Amino acid sequence: MMITTPLSAEVIQTLRVGMRVKLSGIVYTARDAAHQRLTAALAENQPLPFDVAGQVIYYVGPSPAQPGQVIGAAGPTTASRVDPFTPALLEHGLKGMIGKGKRSLEVRQAIQDYQAVYFVAVGGAAALLADCIESVRVIAYEDLGTEAIREMIVEEMPLVVANDMYGGDLFEEGQAKYQRGATS
Amino acid sequence: MREIDVRVVQERVRQAVQEINIHTPEPVMIQLNQILDNEISPAGQAAMQDIVENRKIASARQMPMCQDTGMVIFFVELGQDVHLTGGSLHEALTEAVKLGYQEGYLRKSVVTEPLFDRRNTGDNTPPIIHVELVEGEQFAITIAAKGFGAENMSYAKVLTPAQGIKGVKAEVVRCMEEAGPNACPPVTVGVGIGGTLEMATILAKKALMRDPGNRHPDAPYAQLELELLDLINQTGIGPQGWGGIFTAADVRIEYYPTHIAAIPLAINLDCHLQRHMRIEL
Repeated sequence: MMITTPLSAEVIQTLRVGMRVKLSGIVYTARDAAHQRLTAALAENQPLPFDVAGQVIYYVGPSPAQPGQVIGAAGPTTASRVDPFTPALLEHGLKGMIGKGKRSLEVRQAIQDYQAVYFVAVGGAAALLADCIESVRVIAYEDLGTEAIREMIVEEMPLVVANDMYGGDLFEEGQAKYQRGATS
Repeated sequence: MREIDVRVVQERVRQAVQEINIHTPEPVMIQLNQILDNEISPAGQAAMQDIVENRKIASARQMPMCQDTGMVIFFVELGQDVHLTGGSLHEALTEAVKLGYQEGYLRKSVVTEPLFDRRNTGDNTPPIIHVELVEGEQFAITIAAKGFGAENMSYAKVLTPAQGIKGVKAEVVRCMEEAGPNACPPVTVGVGIGGTLEMATILAKKALMRDPGNRHPDAPYAQLELELLDLINQTGIGPQGWGGIFTAADVRIEYYPTHIAAIPLAINLDCHLQRHMRIEL
């Protein structure tokens, strides 16, 4: 399924755990340090460097671009490290997240409450994912280096729906299907 | 007495840190293709396809396979009849990392200290250097670029002798269950057993440095490796945690004699990238 950002309520309603999508449009990058600053700004009622309403955040700290390249390797980082900061962003209208690995129960609940979606990309498939990135510019927190917030335009980025607005979880469902016997 | 110039070492290592981040050795490619061919879960297969395809793209474009180009670890085997000339080996290895990460456009992921001032050092140094004194005129270095998605999910504990083999199995499976998708499966599991606490962790790391397809030379340990691999793959976590029968690509154990009172145990996970290389001079 092809989808574009910003994510509409209609699109989010059609997404179910395990669905493979190709995402195009603008996504914003943020990792641990940028999340700390974003949520600190929210707590102090300061404006954010970009309007999160309807937008998608990609958890990535790319490697440096070589001459002639748009970006270096740019695969997803572990999402759970930003779990403590995520519900506040969802409350302010963030609709999508791209990362790798499981989310906390609090984040899963917030995804349901605010009707959002969490996608996963293959961790370590960073050259393949870099191929989908058409342009990049740093828009905030440049001092954070690889952790700065970047606005990226992506084209048909291959993703899988990991948590949908109905409470589904890719990891629980996948593991349950292929588990054999007692494990210890 | 054999003389080795550390500047020669530096040059080889400078190239090697780039090589391991960009190119895939044939045995690893074979192993990953076997997993792709044998994984029964469609989601797991899809993840494996991206993993294999990514390696081809990285190699063709001279781009790192993963944006986390890791912290560099060296295991130096230094013959006691070798005389190192031309400067300090530690400085040469540090300089090799600095130059290699700059030239290769690799990400710099090291911070100056862990708690109070997590400032990036800017050049991915310092590396971690283990030196082991060996006999003769041998000089070899095993080089690894360790990503922290998997390092973060690693674990060490000192078990009691009564907990025995059963205890080791339970801890390994529990570690993998807790790691789930975060360690970027299919993982390689390095298990260090025996010695002391620090020895077990070094053994676990060393176990990850073996090439795919090599079982432990001692039959009971080779058997235990296979049993652990089967137990881990029974969890159903699968490639990337998306469900499947290949959670681990391999389990490798290293052991050392230990004290009558304990079974030190360390479990070190490596993601599917397996970035390491041994060079002999």
